[in-house]
Amino acid sequence: MNKSVSQTKDIDWWFGMALSLLMGVAALLLLLIIVFLTNEAWPVLQGGSWAQFFNADGWYPLENKLGLLPMLWATLAVSFGALILALPLGLGSAIFIEYYAPKFIGKPFSSVVTLLAGIPSVVFGLWGLTKLVPLINNIHPPGASLLAAVLVLALMILPTITLTSRSALSSLPSHLLQNSAALALSKKSMIIGVLIPSALRGIIGGVLLALVRAVGETMAVLMVAGNVVQTPTGLFDPVRVLTANIALEMAYATDNHRAALFASGLLLMILVFCVAWIASRLSSGETNGYD
Amino acid sequence: MIDRCFTFIIWLTAGIVFLAFGWLISEVVVQGVGKLSWSFLTDEPARSGREGGIYPIIVSTLLILGTALVIVIPLGLGSAIWLAEFTKKSSKRVQSTRLILDVLAGVPSIVFGLFGYAFFCGFLDLGFSILSGGLTLACMMLPILIRTTEAGLTAVPNDWRRAGAALGVSRTTLLWQVLLPYASPAITAGLLLSIGRATAETAALIFTSGYVDRMPESLNDSGRALAVHIYDLSMNVVGGDKAAYGSALVLIIMVVIINLSANALSEFWLEKKINRLQ
Repeated sequence: MNKSVSQTKDIDWWFGMALSLLMGVAALLLLLIIVFLTNEAWPVLQGGSWAQFFNADGWYPLENKLGLLPMLWATLAVSFGALILALPLGLGSAIFIEYYAPKFIGKPFSSVVTLLAGIPSVVFGLWGLTKLVPLINNIHPPGASLLAAVLVLALMILPTITLTSRSALSSLPSHLLQNSAALALSKKSMIIGVLIPSALRGIIGGVLLALVRAVGETMAVLMVAGNVVQTPTGLFDPVRVLTANIALEMAYATDNHRAALFASGLLLMILVFCVAWIASRLSSGETNGYD
Repeated sequence: MIDRCFTFIIWLTAGIVFLAFGWLISEVVVQGVGKLSWSFLTDEPARSGREGGIYPIIVSTLLILGTALVIVIPLGLGSAIWLAEFTKKSSKRVQSTRLILDVLAGVPSIVFGLFGYAFFCGFLDLGFSILSGGLTLACMMLPILIRTTEAGLTAVPNDWRRAGAALGVSRTTLLWQVLLPYASPAITAGLLLSIGRATAETAALIFTSGYVDRMPESLNDSGRALAVHIYDLSMNVVGGDKAAYGSALVLIIMVVIINLSANALSEFWLEKKINRLQ
């Protein structure tokens, strides 16, 4: 009896050790990514020369002017523009599925949204390039612009917002609904005054997730944004975002130029790290008091 | 009155979303379906992909995906099982591991591409190859797979673990016989999510598995993934739109088929195992 118990313990110990080794490899990956990016970017980072990313005027790699600022602004403009557009639409769709749609519409609608979450970004890009860009070109040339990028990206992150908001709304305790009904609140007041504030944490989590996706999106934005390096001043300006810059120039970049591209990869990671940190602070905070 | 306005607005947003996506999908189907035929799937591309088919590209895509899965499944499942079953939830080590996974999950795919280019292609000297591409994709899929598998295992009721302990079953046996089968739908869903993301991936593959559209002869050959093919056709090949839409349709159909079949599989597995338990 004793022997078999100790044998069981042994198996568990060995298995646990093997698993923790696997986890170690997985966790090491992040370190490896940071080390290799920093190593490749080192020529332009050492001795404070990273400051040139922010005070060089413009991005002219051949003349060794490596200003990332215009592309950073473009990245932020495209991402937040898409978020502003996708948030009301995504949240509205989630409310529609949860509280308004009759069953025969709600179910197919939500599976359509789930399906869309899986559509490859190149397909969004292809559609934007061949349909949306010519359309915008009719209104205001050149068509490939900040606006096109915002529209395509908004469509891409919309399913993320809808699905996360919906799961936050559907996991609310049912007594919230019952109490609101007992107070004779109208459906609108119930949703705006009670349900959305209660689910706010989950909704914000979804929004941050969408923001991370928007900042990191490469292909779709590259295909429709026009890729001119400039600080965006209007919706119809062609812009180039940080991710697209890497994809466009990596193939032929050498020396400092190449190192600068790796440095912009690091910059993207820092952006993402900030958002992930805010998200983890939010999710590890106190519970909403209804549990 | 205000209430009615609100209802109207909600229906309107749903309508806009539905129309926008309807436009996107119908465009892909209408433009792509003319290209779709048996020979499109079984021929080599001709004239930079404007004509001919996408057979080598499909093969490359599957090889890249297969390589990624071989690496990521043991690594991801193992890590998730360790996190869910062999550690204390509140320990510092586990919390920092979680943060690392969150950050990894948010790393943009182009940055994974840069990393793969520097590490697999350069440092490990694998060059532009299917192997490099697959390994890079594996890195990308890892955090998603770990988080979903862990969530699936955490959702198994604790009673089952206690019952197992009371019977003197080792944790390892309990895991294989009870916990994993119970959590299989969640695990499969997570696997799907990551396969879907990997199939759709372009940015991470451009500088790791490369552009070559010939039939790959081994894993050390460069191979062009379907998503990269669509990108190349629409951006770099004049008059490649039709073929791009055809390939896009194939890609979407692939993603849908992967989803549906794996769903069916996980349901079948769950039913069988739970029946045996009872």
